[in-house]
Amino acid sequence: MSELNKHIILKTKNLDIGYLSKKKETPVAKNININLNKGELIAIVGGNGIGKSTLLRTLTKVQPALNGDIFINEKPLKSYNNQELATTLSVVLTETVSSKNLSVIELIALGRQPYTNWIGNLTDNDKNAVNNAITLTNIDGLKHKKCYELSDGQLQKVMIARALAQDTPIIILDEPTTHLDMYHKAYLLKLLKRLTVDTGKTIIFSSHEIDLAIQLCDTMIVMTKDQVVSDQPCNLISKGIFDNLFPKDLIVFDEKTGSFRVKK
Amino acid sequence: MKTNYKYSFLFLLIALILCFILNISLGSVQISFSTIIDSFLVKSSEFSNQEYIIQNYRLPKAITAILVGSGLGISGLLMQTLFKNPLAGPFVLGITSGASLGVALVILGSSVFGGFLATFLISKWSLVIAASLGSFLVLLLVILVSNKVRDTMAILIIGLMFGSITAAIVSVLSYFSTAEQLQQYIFWGFGSLGDLDWNEVTLFLILYSLGLVFTIASIKALNTLLLGDNYAKSLGINLKRSRLIIILATSLLAGTITAFAGPIAFIGLAIPHVTRQLFKTSNHQVLIPAVLLIGAIIMLICDCIAQLPNSEYTLPINAITALIGAPVVIWLLVRQRKMIF
Repeated sequence: MSELNKHIILKTKNLDIGYLSKKKETPVAKNININLNKGELIAIVGGNGIGKSTLLRTLTKVQPALNGDIFINEKPLKSYNNQELATTLSVVLTETVSSKNLSVIELIALGRQPYTNWIGNLTDNDKNAVNNAITLTNIDGLKHKKCYELSDGQLQKVMIARALAQDTPIIILDEPTTHLDMYHKAYLLKLLKRLTVDTGKTIIFSSHEIDLAIQLCDTMIVMTKDQVVSDQPCNLISKGIFDNLFPKDLIVFDEKTGSFRVKK
Repeated sequence: MKTNYKYSFLFLLIALILCFILNISLGSVQISFSTIIDSFLVKSSEFSNQEYIIQNYRLPKAITAILVGSGLGISGLLMQTLFKNPLAGPFVLGITSGASLGVALVILGSSVFGGFLATFLISKWSLVIAASLGSFLVLLLVILVSNKVRDTMAILIIGLMFGSITAAIVSVLSYFSTAEQLQQYIFWGFGSLGDLDWNEVTLFLILYSLGLVFTIASIKALNTLLLGDNYAKSLGINLKRSRLIIILATSLLAGTITAFAGPIAFIGLAIPHVTRQLFKTSNHQVLIPAVLLIGAIIMLICDCIAQLPNSEYTLPINAITALIGAPVVIWLLVRQRKMIF
């Protein structure tokens, strides 16, 4: 597969991210140039406070970029209005839903909001999209449960189903594996991988599960203090990018196993 | 996908009609059921006393009860969804306190204006205008603040602060007032459904309908807000505009109700919770009509109790709503062990 044939869905050009308050810029990361291909599973990794969430918030237009540009399908993110953006990218956030009294199916159906009429009635087409999302995430048995009855892992799957129902080419998840046990972490990331294959959607997520991401992702965006690199996991390993991810006094990256080990 | 609520709504509608008839047939004067029917159906040229009571006293009162109960229920529901807080209600935003302040200024402050102005000021219309102005002024402040402050929790607290400020001003005014003025203010605070003539009911109905139009226009946004502000934004909802419309709807409803019927406690808080328990859904397409019906029914029942049938006494409606509302909320909490929202 040649690189040229791949369709670039999301691109950043000299992007600086950070916070702007009273005309004073507080940059978090500078000069980010990444190209993300359609239909890939992409992980953003990096230490705490390095700017993963800031990058995701900037990519989803929750906060403005300090400098540089973001393009989705060749179109600048700035020129997307609320409605266009809602049909282009969907999100799964770290915050929990406000009303846990929602039933699973009601919650997933809310993903259809950008397509429904002024009062929010669901058409057959909308109902199909909801059922499709339920099938893809294997949560048929949870359909009529209330959100407060679900475990963290189940709720996370429901939130992913909601994003799927929104039917956007890009899904962005902020730390979807937090609060999950080791099995469910692997299960969830495998689910995301399968979704990229089955639906052709581009899924971008931030995570601390570097070893799982190395095994499952097509592309990884590694954020360190000095630079932001994106490449295939094997290339990143051979370039030694992971060695500089964390301070070297406690843990070291083991190239053979693709995971971090505690220094003895 | 949506469960069928047809029968629940039919049941509530029948209950509403029964409560309406019951409400009209009860009062300090006993009127036979046939007279009530006659007063509606038979167009007689001469008005009997009993027909006069029904047409000009009991009917407007029953309609007021329906508007007050349903309107307060809706404004409570809107506030609870907007602020994602099961404790929110029209009182919390300071809308009711704003109205109270307006009325307090008119009744208690009239000694300051003195003489001719005083007698003019204490007419009923001036109370209505003062209460509306008070609540809209507080609302205006809340909207200004909510455009500056993004956090809904902060707005909630600011609303409570407005409430404290108005309460403090009212105490200062009370300190300098005569016993008569104080008594008049306290009587307004009891709430009253029965003092409205047909002109006032018509104006009430118009403002109420306007609030309801804003509410219905917000249904989609309200449902999206159940996910939280950030999710709502990601679904293409214009947060600022939706928030403005919802606050506008609440203040129109709660403001006019407080203006016409006094500060009525607990209905705004309790009705949405009762409705959520009965209908087991968070979908505002179902909740809004259900809250309208249940609010109206409960207010009619409260009014039936308040007028102590066949006695010449009428209890303050505000006491009855609290007496019924508070145990309901406690019962719900004990049964559920948590506030479902």
